[in-house]
Amino acid sequence: MIDFTFTEHDKKVLDAVRAEALVCRGYARHYDENEHEFPPDELPEAKDFPPTMSLFAGRGKDDTSLGVMSMMLAAAQSWGDYSVRMRRGKGGLGNAALRAAGTPEQQKQWGHLTLAMAITEPGCGSDPSRVQMTAVLDAATNEWVLNGEKIFVTTGCRADGVVVWATIDKAAGRAGIKSFLVEKGAPGFVVAHKEKKLGIRADDTAAYVFKDCRIPRGNLLGGNEEIPKESSGGFRGVMKTFNMTRPAVAAIGLGIAQAALDFTREQLQAAGVAIEYGPGAAGQSALAQRFLELEALYEAAMLTVLRAAWLSDAGKSNNLESSICKAKGGAAVREITQGCIELLGPMGASREHLLEKWFRDVRITDIYEGTGQIQRLIIARDILGYGRDELK
Amino acid sequence: MISFGPTEEQEVAQSAMREFAASAIRPIARRSDEESRVPEDFLEQSWQLGLVATQIPEAYGGAGEARSPITNALVLEELAFGDAGLALAATAPALFAMPVVEFGSEAQKCELLPLFCGDRFHAASLALAEPGPAFEPTALRTKAERKGDGFVLSGAKCFVPLADRASHFLVLARENGGDAVQAYVVPRDAAGLSIDAPEKNLGLRALPTGTLSFERVELPAAARLGGDAGCDARRILDLVRTAQSAALVGVSRAVMEYAIPYAKDREAFDEAIAKKQAIAFTLADMRIEVDAMRWLVWQAASRLENGLDATREAQLARLYCARQAMKIADDGVQVLGGHGFIREHPVELWYRSVRTLGVVDGAALV
Repeated sequence: MIDFTFTEHDKKVLDAVRAEALVCRGYARHYDENEHEFPPDELPEAKDFPPTMSLFAGRGKDDTSLGVMSMMLAAAQSWGDYSVRMRRGKGGLGNAALRAAGTPEQQKQWGHLTLAMAITEPGCGSDPSRVQMTAVLDAATNEWVLNGEKIFVTTGCRADGVVVWATIDKAAGRAGIKSFLVEKGAPGFVVAHKEKKLGIRADDTAAYVFKDCRIPRGNLLGGNEEIPKESSGGFRGVMKTFNMTRPAVAAIGLGIAQAALDFTREQLQAAGVAIEYGPGAAGQSALAQRFLELEALYEAAMLTVLRAAWLSDAGKSNNLESSICKAKGGAAVREITQGCIELLGPMGASREHLLEKWFRDVRITDIYEGTGQIQRLIIARDILGYGRDELK
Repeated sequence: MISFGPTEEQEVAQSAMREFAASAIRPIARRSDEESRVPEDFLEQSWQLGLVATQIPEAYGGAGEARSPITNALVLEELAFGDAGLALAATAPALFAMPVVEFGSEAQKCELLPLFCGDRFHAASLALAEPGPAFEPTALRTKAERKGDGFVLSGAKCFVPLADRASHFLVLARENGGDAVQAYVVPRDAAGLSIDAPEKNLGLRALPTGTLSFERVELPAAARLGGDAGCDARRILDLVRTAQSAALVGVSRAVMEYAIPYAKDREAFDEAIAKKQAIAFTLADMRIEVDAMRWLVWQAASRLENGLDATREAQLARLYCARQAMKIADDGVQVLGGHGFIREHPVELWYRSVRTLGVVDGAALV
């Protein structure tokens, strides 16, 4: 049955996460202005807050499904702050790749580690088939020898290891690209620096250099050293990892946009601008009307996120929908935070308030995990029935 | 619990309406637009779908199914996919009957609801929009003033669906000079009511509309919807905004589903124009927005169905759908280029429909 109401239990969980997120927000400015510091693994206030997963105790079958709730939680957390967490979670994007592509033995061997994922290079972003990093098998020692550079690696400084994409045969194009697991401390693997960014400054984003980096032969994820002839199923398998991360990324961006909307509404109302839902355009100030447009945009985008997660929870395919919500969310959060600053004027641009930070933080949403343009390519191919060679 | 899953019954209704839109609406849409009229036999044919009577309690002659704004939103999307003007004409009696079901006094229900339970189409309507610039549904100019036991109605309404033939109008007006809005049942032959129909409109031409002028129309106390208890005019507005949004989703989908095969077929510079990112991305945006619009409609409809305050959700849906549907129709014309401007293709009709629908409050109700 179509339903858009949260149960009492859902609300209890969300309220608890929001309360926690507000505490995190108190640290937001500090770690934004001091980007060389990392937020702690656990805040001093953690003793007053139960672990998030424990909140789910007592869930019933009538409560909202876990995938949908996880999107709401992601948004609630980033509503507090993008980077600061009451307790820093284990695991990174590389763990999702390990689960998707690793053999059972590999999952057992490395599953407990926090793994980053390194795909992007200085010369390749949206088109990962252009990966330049090489992996050459040294048959004498049974080792892979890696050479190349990786940038924009999320959780890259603090991860225990990384899943890295490298080509074993440049002539083979996409088919030659394999993922390898490299643990920190491998010879020839260096964390070059923490990236300096527009926003999400507290976040751990690293640049890596691999110079004759040697790893065991068994560190090839999935273990298959063959180069598939046709378009690679393996490649597609890795791309599938994105089906839940894309909605999550959109949800995180939208949590920040929600914070911006809440702040803007409070400030406008304090200044005497009434924001009501009853009147139409002719019955409101232009400021109120613009605010409602931004709120509608938030709502529309968030619903596409929940739909993508709901499909997955219902055991249905959500390839198309995860791109839809990522494209929608990415564009929405840009317009919302830009619009909120416009509504508040000079105050919105002041570092006395967090709005300007949210405006910076949220901008990455439409770029990472596939830019808005890449999402539109995926959507367009789907609705037009075109393959990747027919629509580039 | 958050769920995007229609019930089996709703899926059945959805596909039946999709079929009806394809077989009974699309084929007559262009002619109805050109002639600015709704074919009588179409109204009779659509009446057999039971869209109104099914939701009227058995006690008053209906089928007594639970009233479902969600089902109505699903139905309206499908019918409007066929043609919005014809969809609104077919569903217009609900504009009158459903508020009576929800808010009517026992006497009003007994008198009025059986009218909608017969075999023949029965026309009645809602009068909300008003002539002149900057119409604002929460600041109506039409007034109802107490006189003795009854009321005196003065003002004017426009874009009233089926004004040329409705037996009754449900007229929204400000009561006693205050801000509170109430609804009044006005029979067609009320003294002081003059009807100017049909109006000539930009779009939705298949839907006959008219202007009503009330010159000191005297109404008995029993004309007030709900009697002393009155009605929740805000909820009526929410039901109207949600329906308007649902119809906008349907037309937007029509544009998208027409533009996609056109762009795959039309060649320029040695390939289908759909293979150009400029066109492909425009189509992708249509796909994104049709989804986003629909979930906003469902959210509002679900709150209305659960009896929750839906003013926020209905308003956000209306704002968003009006804006995005206009963009989709606009882009649809552009994808077809010169052909988008020619009346041989339906896209120009949808372009006019959407511009009209987006500003006309009170032409549909879930």
